Amino acid sequence: MTDILSVQDLKAYYLMNYFGVRREVRAVDGVTLSIGRNEVYGIAGESSSGKTSLIKVLAAAIRPPLRIVGGSALYRFTTGDIDIARASRDELDAIRWRNLSYIMQGSMSVLNPLRKVGRIFEDFASRPLGLSGAAFRQRVAQHLERLKLNPNIMNAYPHELSGGMRQRVTIGLATVCNPEFIIADEPTTALDVVVQKDVLGLIKDLQTSMGSSIIFVTHDMAVHANIADRIGIIYAGRLVEEAPTKTLFTAPKHPYTAHLVASLPRIGDTGQRPALEGRPPNLADPPAGCRFHPRCPLVIDKCKTEVPPLETVGPGQRSACWRWRDVQPIAPQRPRVMETVK
Amino acid sequence: MFSVFRDLIRYNAEFAIGLVLVGLVVILAALSFVSPVDPTAVYRAPLDQPPSLQYLFGTNSRGQDMFWQLAFAFRNTLSFGVMVAIFSRIVAILVGLVAGYVGGWVDRVLMFINDIFVAIPIFPILILFYFVMRANSNAVLLALLMAGFGWPYDARLIRSVALGLRFREFSRQAVFAGMSPVKIMFHEHLPYVMPIIFATAMANMIWAIGLEVTLAVLGFTNLNIPTVGTTLYWANNHSSLVVGTWWWIAIPVAIVVIMFVGLFLLAVSLNEYIDPRSRLRRMGA
Amino acid sequence: MSALLEVRGVSKVFPIGGVLSGRQMRAVDDVSFSVGEAGPEIFTIIGESGSGKTTLARMILGLEHPTSGDIIFEGQPVTHPNRALRLKFMGKVQPVFQNPFEAFNPLKRVDGYLASTARQFLGLRDAASIDAAMDGALQKVGLSLAEVKGRYPHELSGGQLQRVAIARALIPNPSLLIADEPVSMVDASLRMAIVNLLRDLRDNFGVCVIYITHDLATAYYISDRLVIMQRGLIVEMGVARQILDAPQHPYSRLLKASVLSPETFGGAALAPPPDLDASSLATSASPAGALVVQADGRAVRLPSS
Repeated sequence: MTDILSVQDLKAYYLMNYFGVRREVRAVDGVTLSIGRNEVYGIAGESSSGKTSLIKVLAAAIRPPLRIVGGSALYRFTTGDIDIARASRDELDAIRWRNLSYIMQGSMSVLNPLRKVGRIFEDFASRPLGLSGAAFRQRVAQHLERLKLNPNIMNAYPHELSGGMRQRVTIGLATVCNPEFIIADEPTTALDVVVQKDVLGLIKDLQTSMGSSIIFVTHDMAVHANIADRIGIIYAGRLVEEAPTKTLFTAPKHPYTAHLVASLPRIGDTGQRPALEGRPPNLADPPAGCRFHPRCPLVIDKCKTEVPPLETVGPGQRSACWRWRDVQPIAPQRPRVMETVK
Repeated sequence: MFSVFRDLIRYNAEFAIGLVLVGLVVILAALSFVSPVDPTAVYRAPLDQPPSLQYLFGTNSRGQDMFWQLAFAFRNTLSFGVMVAIFSRIVAILVGLVAGYVGGWVDRVLMFINDIFVAIPIFPILILFYFVMRANSNAVLLALLMAGFGWPYDARLIRSVALGLRFREFSRQAVFAGMSPVKIMFHEHLPYVMPIIFATAMANMIWAIGLEVTLAVLGFTNLNIPTVGTTLYWANNHSSLVVGTWWWIAIPVAIVVIMFVGLFLLAVSLNEYIDPRSRLRRMGA
Repeated sequence: MSALLEVRGVSKVFPIGGVLSGRQMRAVDDVSFSVGEAGPEIFTIIGESGSGKTTLARMILGLEHPTSGDIIFEGQPVTHPNRALRLKFMGKVQPVFQNPFEAFNPLKRVDGYLASTARQFLGLRDAASIDAAMDGALQKVGLSLAEVKGRYPHELSGGQLQRVAIARALIPNPSLLIADEPVSMVDASLRMAIVNLLRDLRDNFGVCVIYITHDLATAYYISDRLVIMQRGLIVEMGVARQILDAPQHPYSRLLKASVLSPETFGGAALAPPPDLDASSLATSASPAGALVVQADGRAVRLPSS
């Protein structure tokens, strides 16, 4: 089965020139990955790691000063192939929402507060679906029921709905045309724990029933564990590790991943969890060599000058580390003696 | 400070052009300090001479050298405009920031006063002022009066910015850092308000100068003090266009246009430079 | 030892709709608890959005007045008639806010707030002693003045900014720190540093912390006692680990069941828990039941029968 998305050495920089101050922020610096059909691919990374810029590029939603400066991102849809880096505006318009859609972060702000929900659906989906009037409304109503929403909300304004319902509307908007590829940008981050679980279950259901592929971006590793089939870790604009979910958590092969996984607190366990030193690098002036080297516990001289390539280190697992063989999962330290209950 | 200017001149064409234009007018005005001619004297030079090497801007029907006349005229007009702009900015900032930050009944009272000043028509009051003061009217008093009418619109603008800032988290943190309301308003919030101050200062200057010219052309100011407006008044009075001394009107108007365009360009480019968003971009946020 | 902070029967009611509609929203409903009775502790308030936890925090800080009930800090009510008393209170009770990027003025350097805190609350005047006070507080959070001096907020990461914010709150040597979701906007890899720091504050510096969060995992990690709120009502209260290991109230159980663990893989954990009616529980609080103290010391709101 061919991959639905092949990204080859994609580079996208912010090129800015204000009052003589020239800055080049290398937000996406040589990313290569592929995503298969009917697969949930999780992208994990901290804020300012470049993951938001990466998915903006993949969603064909970038504007200057962010520009693609190299590489390609090829989609193979049933209606034809298209390379985001080289497509024209008309070609992009044709695939938007029909083949490729985008679930945005922060449901509160993406829905137009002055339009009723039904109208918002019309604005987005009427043209791609090629339906209008009663047929369109019926299609939307059916879709809303799949999302466990009462079709009557089509007559409501966004602020009359709760946060969870609004996020479901956002998901509904992105999925009503049955797209082959969905990009979900932190869709559950602003939601309560109970609602989050609900919404994630919904996304998973929709994905399996529609057979679409999803890129799911979040910094919450627990969410990735439960929803992603494969996970890619982005650090400072580069992909540093990629593996099937369970392998990533149980046998990571990059020190950053090992730390990310180990630093998650879990209920029922009071073992001392280690914190990562230092801070994420400035993408306008990243460290030479491996960008993680200033914070890496396994650093050697080679890391400071030579960029480690992303190579296959196991079945389906790639890592960009010179010392991947030495990476061990970090166990929490002995649990501290519980203080006497006060 | 210097590097700021250098950056602006080098990279912002609007600023450079604006600076040149305004600079020309300022030089003209500054020359008045070394003028060999008394501006209030009349019938000293040959009448109605067109511009020539001897009389750069010609002479008018009152026997005055237009070059030195305009030097004084622009000096007075510019300083008048600057005075009005400064006075009204001060009032606008005080009222806007206090109303926006303190809120409650203080806000209501201040905005009530604000709206009264918006509603009062300024023109009749200025004319009344003239009739009361007659020949004793001086520029400073007039400037104060105009400033008293020039602040309300901008105070509201500033207030809306201050309202937005009040509820941002750093304002609450400032409270818990022990900062007094005055310190918060003028230390933390003022930088956000500066772009408005600058843009509206230029607009205010242009408004004040325009109003002064109008008053003068109609004869409602002290006609002995040379300003752009009084120059136009005398030109009109001597039917200069009919008589053919076009330079009497054309040259001051041309210089005024240059000045306004220059001020506008300066305001626009400085504004962009001071705007918090562009400052942040430059700092690298 | 008397409690550091006592919240007695506090309610906050907001009128909604127009003036004449008479509808009300009870943001906080008859909440009572005490903090710091047996020495420094971390007291956690767990709640979702709409639970009233932020309103409660604002009332404790004196930023809002309760509609009924009292909040007593060190024997005095927290609403102060004049600035001098308010400053004294603020010297003992300090907040840490949720969004570290918003907590600092983007146009000003971060040490501005630190210096102001040192000046106002410690009465220091000369630059040398202010610098020393700032450095002392920054060392407590694992930073130093050299790293932070002259920096703008965008030059620091979320984790560092939040630590600077905590350092600022520590300068006046407060006895109570109110941290409103301090790590929810900080990256996962930097989160534990801050959570560990809160634990340190209790153990090594004797500061009481009220930790407000919706994240049960970090609550489990550092809390002594906790309270779970739903729609303004306390539904369960007691020793933290006891409650989180075996929650009794249906809403507490629903919360625990909804927490995703990084140890379950695949979508199986996303199915709704069979014994809890999730959607109805999440949207309605148990009607008007009373808080009953159980045998093991916890208080649970039982439904009215």
